[in-house]
Amino acid sequence: MVSPAAVIAASFAYLLLLFAVAYIGDWRARQGRSVIDSAWIYALSMAVYCTAWTYFGSVGRAASGGVWFLPIYLGPTLAMVLGWVVIRKMIRIARVYRITSIADFIASRYGKSPLLSGLVTLIAVVGIVPYIALQLKAVSAGYTLLTAPGSAGLSPGRHWDSDGAFYVALILAGFSIVFGARQLDTTERHEGMVAAIAFESLVKLVAFLAVGVFVVYGLFDGLADLFARARAVPALASLLRLEQGADFSWSQWFAQILLSMLSVVFLPRQFQVMVVENVRESHLRRAVWVFPLYMLVINLFVLPIALGGLLYFGSTPMNAENFVLSLPLAAGQNALALFAFVGGLSAATGMVIVETIAVSTMVSNELVMPLLLRTRQFRPGAGHDLTRVLLGVRRAAILGLMLLGYSYFHLAGEAYALVSIGLVSFAAVAQFAPALLGGLYWKGGSPTGALAGLLAGFSMWVYTLMLPSIAKSGWLGTDLLEHGPWGLTLLRPEQLLGLRGLDGLTHSLFWSMLVNIVAYVGISLWRAPSGHVASQALLFVDVYDRSAVSSPIFWRGEAKVPDLLRLCERFLGAGKARSLFETYAARAGAAQVDAIRADARLVHFVETQLAGAVGSASARLLVASAVEEEALTAEDVLRMLDEASQLRAHSRELEEKSESLERATAELRQANEQLKSLDRLKDDFMSSVTHELRTPLTSIRALAELMRDDAQMPLAQRRQFIDIIVTETERLTRLVNQVLDMAKIESGHAQWHASDVDLRALVGQAVSTTAELFHERQTRVDVVMPEQVPSLRCDPDRLMQVLLNLLSNAAKFVPVPGGRVTVQLDSDSAGVTISVRDNGPGVPREQQALIFERFRQGGDGANRPQGTGLGLPISRQIVEHFGGRIWIESKAGQGSSFVFQLPWHGLKPRPGATQ
Amino acid sequence: MFEGLGTQRLLALFFAGWLLFSFPLLGLWDRDATLLGVPLFPAALFILWALLIAMLAWWMEHPDQK
Repeated sequence: MVSPAAVIAASFAYLLLLFAVAYIGDWRARQGRSVIDSAWIYALSMAVYCTAWTYFGSVGRAASGGVWFLPIYLGPTLAMVLGWVVIRKMIRIARVYRITSIADFIASRYGKSPLLSGLVTLIAVVGIVPYIALQLKAVSAGYTLLTAPGSAGLSPGRHWDSDGAFYVALILAGFSIVFGARQLDTTERHEGMVAAIAFESLVKLVAFLAVGVFVVYGLFDGLADLFARARAVPALASLLRLEQGADFSWSQWFAQILLSMLSVVFLPRQFQVMVVENVRESHLRRAVWVFPLYMLVINLFVLPIALGGLLYFGSTPMNAENFVLSLPLAAGQNALALFAFVGGLSAATGMVIVETIAVSTMVSNELVMPLLLRTRQFRPGAGHDLTRVLLGVRRAAILGLMLLGYSYFHLAGEAYALVSIGLVSFAAVAQFAPALLGGLYWKGGSPTGALAGLLAGFSMWVYTLMLPSIAKSGWLGTDLLEHGPWGLTLLRPEQLLGLRGLDGLTHSLFWSMLVNIVAYVGISLWRAPSGHVASQALLFVDVYDRSAVSSPIFWRGEAKVPDLLRLCERFLGAGKARSLFETYAARAGAAQVDAIRADARLVHFVETQLAGAVGSASARLLVASAVEEEALTAEDVLRMLDEASQLRAHSRELEEKSESLERATAELRQANEQLKSLDRLKDDFMSSVTHELRTPLTSIRALAELMRDDAQMPLAQRRQFIDIIVTETERLTRLVNQVLDMAKIESGHAQWHASDVDLRALVGQAVSTTAELFHERQTRVDVVMPEQVPSLRCDPDRLMQVLLNLLSNAAKFVPVPGGRVTVQLDSDSAGVTISVRDNGPGVPREQQALIFERFRQGGDGANRPQGTGLGLPISRQIVEHFGGRIWIESKAGQGSSFVFQLPWHGLKPRPGATQ
Repeated sequence: MFEGLGTQRLLALFFAGWLLFSFPLLGLWDRDATLLGVPLFPAALFILWALLIAMLAWWMEHPDQK
């Protein structure tokens, strides 16, 4: 055993740590550096779903029913698969309309009906109190077991002041108040609390895994050993099978999956962390798989611990729900047992804190506020500042809930296992499903339908599940269960109308959901909803279609700015109200608060702000009392919607127009740039051409002048000069021809004659044409060609031009003597590749891109060879005209290789065309 | 209401999960066999569960591959 002092000290230390985490969370939030702005933290906070019920109860369930602990986690996994569709829509709606709780959500959807929100709150409170009791019971039982292992159970009959659970309840209430109801926030978000909850999720996971690893590898010799020993005992072996000796109850399995699927969304604490506390919609994308993964991991060791406990304790009767604590304790691992207890405490506190905060918000906004507003003192017209009252109500609600939970634990806690209590709560909140899911996707659902469905479902839950559980705990005679009320056996709560073959939970779920859905749909279809309700339905169902600008505002009437300002001051505090109005004025383009136009938009703004503080139903009442409004008919709503959609259409049109204008501008700018650069190129070209023309012209002119002025010039010299003049003239002609050629190709006026070209013959011809040139430079030319090359459809003269260009280029650069040039022809399925390789000086990497530009010759200024500088650019134009490309492969000092590739142009290669 | 390939995939995955975890497909795993020393039935449940989560994670984290 562990000394009570140690347990209490550890628990306090842990709670202090929680306070610290929450405090840091709040502090960072005030600085604008949110710690919870992370998908991982968001997912961990969702794991508040795993409470003491998971921590202790699952093992108990596994010890008696094998895999029956699992449906409670498979359901939420399936729900999360659809999370990105359904929960994201809820998050969006809650954000846009500042919804603060599930009661607020349902009421808002159905015309902000205070009656509906009150009913939802009532159901939540009744359904949740047993669940809170469950957590207190778990902590209290754990404490008893840890400090006095002999007493297997707990004895809640002791006087309250010696009962640890009472103090636990008070401390938790204190924590919830500090972090959930310290100030009034119009968004109702609690960063510190969420940080603490995420931290708790980690603690409980690590603690549970630690116990699991200890049991499997400390007490047993690994998983295989544990399971082998369990399979040897017939009673345990059956736990590992589906049938377990009896017919498997598929209906119960189905019911539990469905129930947990609904609960993971509709439990007030789940709604709080998933929807209200969500920082960014995008976090949901990761959380929908991380949260199921968390559930999988925390459940990995449930079955091993259960079997391990059953094997370890053998015939000694032990409560399997406490195996997590009793196994380490029995093995003498006190520290581990204490850690396990802290893990359980963590699971319990996390749930209690979030649940009480969520439900207290509902109680204060949806139950107390509407009642207060009816009293004389708090009449909407009166001038009190109500912020303090609101906070007081919330704190009282938290304390009250905790005490209710404690009382329930005291009165009925002993009779039931943790799991059954939890499932009773699940079945209660499942009643929200038809009204809420229907409201999300079906515009026809009406407030009376929702109200009737909830009432019918809830009554059926009370009658078929709550009543039997009270009767079984001994507070009512079991007469009712056995014979029905007034002896009417058809009305027996657990076999209603004689329905048999279902367990209590499935039976109750079936009947309550049936009457709930039938009432909701049936009464909704009875009569068309009013204009106001229809408008809310539209806003919810089509929430993705509306942006802040074009969202329609369904309101008509007269309002005054001072009235609305005073209203905000009363419920939000003077400073806050003032600053809100100033922000609004700045956004609306008004110079000051007094200049704000009191139109529908302002009224809507005020109502949304108030909704964050007091709930949408109360906010509606308050605004209605401060302004003079006219009732809307269904036609009005349609007209307003029409206007809004026209506005939206206009704004979309404008947007499209401005977008296309922007596109056009960008295109024009680009075209202009292109023109400019072309112009620059033209200038460069002109100056290069004139430069190239001037050089031969200058020498022609100089020589001609020399001959004119010197009549006695010897004939031999004269002949030599004339030869130079002729060469220079030829060069000029060539240059002019090439320039013209280039211009023709570029402008698209060049003549192309396509025919099937035999490439082997063409290459041979080119080599023999240049043979004399190479012979002069004492250069050896090798030709490498395959035996067969299919013919290529292109212009043979142009291709010859390219080859001659490359060959004469090579001739210019080879060393003399010792020059070598290799011409290689290859073909594959893509096309042909022809390369001309020389052993010249090569082209440095930085010049390789330039040589295909006009008038950029290789070599430096000193040994610049003869040539126009247009050969390679023209070759490139020709090759590109045939859809190919040309490039150079070279390293300085190692020769260079000019390569061009031509595709087949879709013409199939015809083998045998050349032999 | 349920437009887009992503949403349709999620719906398909949901129904696949629902089928795998209920009658009669779940019963197929109820055999007297072991997988690495772990009885087949619980092992299969956890593996199916893990596969479902892995599939969901893949689609959620790679939304662009549509």
